[in-house]
Amino acid sequence: MLSVIRAAAWRLVRGDIRYYAWLAVLLAIIALGISRYSIQVDRGLITTAMRDQVAWGFYIANFTFLVGIAAAAILLVIPAYLYQFKPIREIALFGEMVAITAVLMCMLFVMADLGQPLRVWHVWPVIGLMNFPSSLFIWDAIALLGYLVINVALVLYALWRLATGKEYRLAVIFPLIVLSIPWAVSIHTITAFLYNGLVSRPFWNASILAPRFLASAFCSGPALMLIILQLIRRFSAVEVENKALFKIAELIAYTMGINVLLLGAEMFKEFYSGSIHAAPLEYLYLGLHGKTGLVPWIWMATAFNLFAFVVFLVPRLRERLFFLNLGAVLVVLGVYIEKGLGLIVPGFVPDPLGEIYEYWPSASEGVIAAGIWATGALLLTLMLKFAVPIYTGEICARRPSAVEGGERAPGELATSRAERGRG
Amino acid sequence: MDERPRESGTSRRVSRRAFTKGLALGLGAAAIPAGATAAVDWDIFRQKHFREMTEEEIKRTIERLERQASRRWNRDVRISTAKAIPGVVFGAAVDASRCIGCRRCVYACVEENNQSRNPQVHWITVLRFRKGEKWADLHNAEKYYEPSRVPEEGYFYLPVQCQLCENSPCVKVCPARATWKEPDGIVVVDYNWCIGCRYCMAACPYGARRFNWGEPSVPAEEVNPNTHYLGNRPRPRGVVEKCTLCIQRVRAGRYPACVEACPVGARKFGNLLDPRSEIRYLIEHKRVFRLKEDLNTSPKFFYFFST
Repeated sequence: MLSVIRAAAWRLVRGDIRYYAWLAVLLAIIALGISRYSIQVDRGLITTAMRDQVAWGFYIANFTFLVGIAAAAILLVIPAYLYQFKPIREIALFGEMVAITAVLMCMLFVMADLGQPLRVWHVWPVIGLMNFPSSLFIWDAIALLGYLVINVALVLYALWRLATGKEYRLAVIFPLIVLSIPWAVSIHTITAFLYNGLVSRPFWNASILAPRFLASAFCSGPALMLIILQLIRRFSAVEVENKALFKIAELIAYTMGINVLLLGAEMFKEFYSGSIHAAPLEYLYLGLHGKTGLVPWIWMATAFNLFAFVVFLVPRLRERLFFLNLGAVLVVLGVYIEKGLGLIVPGFVPDPLGEIYEYWPSASEGVIAAGIWATGALLLTLMLKFAVPIYTGEICARRPSAVEGGERAPGELATSRAERGRG
Repeated sequence: MDERPRESGTSRRVSRRAFTKGLALGLGAAAIPAGATAAVDWDIFRQKHFREMTEEEIKRTIERLERQASRRWNRDVRISTAKAIPGVVFGAAVDASRCIGCRRCVYACVEENNQSRNPQVHWITVLRFRKGEKWADLHNAEKYYEPSRVPEEGYFYLPVQCQLCENSPCVKVCPARATWKEPDGIVVVDYNWCIGCRYCMAACPYGARRFNWGEPSVPAEEVNPNTHYLGNRPRPRGVVEKCTLCIQRVRAGRYPACVEACPVGARKFGNLLDPRSEIRYLIEHKRVFRLKEDLNTSPKFFYFFST
């Protein structure tokens, strides 16, 4: 077992020139992010564009988007384990790794947003004084930490079984999987409730918010997985069947349909009834009192989402990799805008006293956010680099020569593993 | 918790332990550059939540904070921890027909409560409304009116600050219990416990909370050295603050600064539990209203018409 870890860890520092270049780029962005963050720590959050009127901005926007990405891993697990859809089952492991990365990035974004990051222990149990069950902040922290633990456990278990060449024991992981599905739904629901429960913010205080969160998360997350899976396929020996990709694309079509429906329901209610509570939505889509900062962005997002919806809906389009990838990129970008700044900022515009402060992230916020994204990318790269050789059977606890029956071809291994879980 | 005064040997040990604690909590300690460490107050790892401290711990904490504040402001700063007076629940009111929009209350508040001058922090916002339009239409209110003289023809004004909600949305959401409602109805913040997440600011329906985005600064000669732990003592950067109805004054039997400063007597203040108080008389005899009644926050801050 130790030899497997050593062998896999050794691979982290070995790769071709593209691998080193990729790491160098990520490390450079992380270094930039750290330097800007140190300035933020030194001068305070005044280095951001946030002010009393718009108290949350780009950091919390990214946090919200990433909670959705984290939840989406489960969209792969549901068909894989519950419906025994073999091609996806093989790749659920990578979805769980994306979930781990996304949750860690969520935590980094929250830390970047805190005015007193060193005091974060004040909300920890025992050493601090957490406001449970009253504050949804605490609920969200528990949900995200729990989700992290579940996914780490699933990944470690899977890797351990793979490394020792043994079969999955469904009896061991099935309870975890069954738990992880409602848990994934809950992390996004609770994050929605964090905003949803505020009477001061009519834009968020609508009961459609949590369902919309889920619908859009189940669009952007799998779309991101489509891209990541193809990258894995391209840069490693992992086999990912097109059939699996097309199935994911089909799932995205359904969730996008629901997403569009829910958005339409919200638009109808706000604009038809036309109360003053429609002001934030008006600010977002049409501009308010001549302030139109987010208008081009939200329409861009809408166009992206609708175009991608068509791509994923039509089988002949989604089964061509070019359109599939175009659609996936557009969904990720569209939801990033819509569930990012498009969700957070209008909550604060107009502010409770009617003021319109137009927020746009400062350069510092942008660089720090890029640093966190690069950290996530680095983490995922290293996790995949570590896990892929174990997954493909390149590294195994048993020496190939010592194995009774001789060596197995990678393809053979993949098939046999796929069959194991069904028993 | 260790509340011993910082002496050379102790201090180093405590700092190191504190530092390890920070690391253990998963913070990116590496991200804090050498220059910024001066800005890090290591005492935060030693101090408990204000309401969890024993009398002895409070005493030592106050001594330490007074020393720090006096050094920072170069004045002999006193920090009171006066408790709520039993049988008192404070309420405040503004006479909407009298307010002339002069903002004297805003600046009296700034001076009394040691709000940062640069960047500017105001706890009171005065809103200007056009007469003859929708009643108290916040969405068309003007905050940045700058006439040469007030009151202006065709306008009326309403000052807005902490509305002293009975059901305070800000208290409900705070993850760290760093803000709470005192027995006398004042909603306070423990500046040494606030983590700066600004969830309370998102939750406040009255835009009454302020964040110290930058390092707050008050010129030494303008400092008010008579402070309260839960009120106008020096605040660090990165925490939320708000109107406390001048807790340092009202618990000592004085009027809040805004009430005292109002040139037209539009501001009223008193004990809601005292049937003979002025504020009770006004509530019972005038046409009063509160902002955003439909939210059920039940403010103890009233607006009324004397004429």
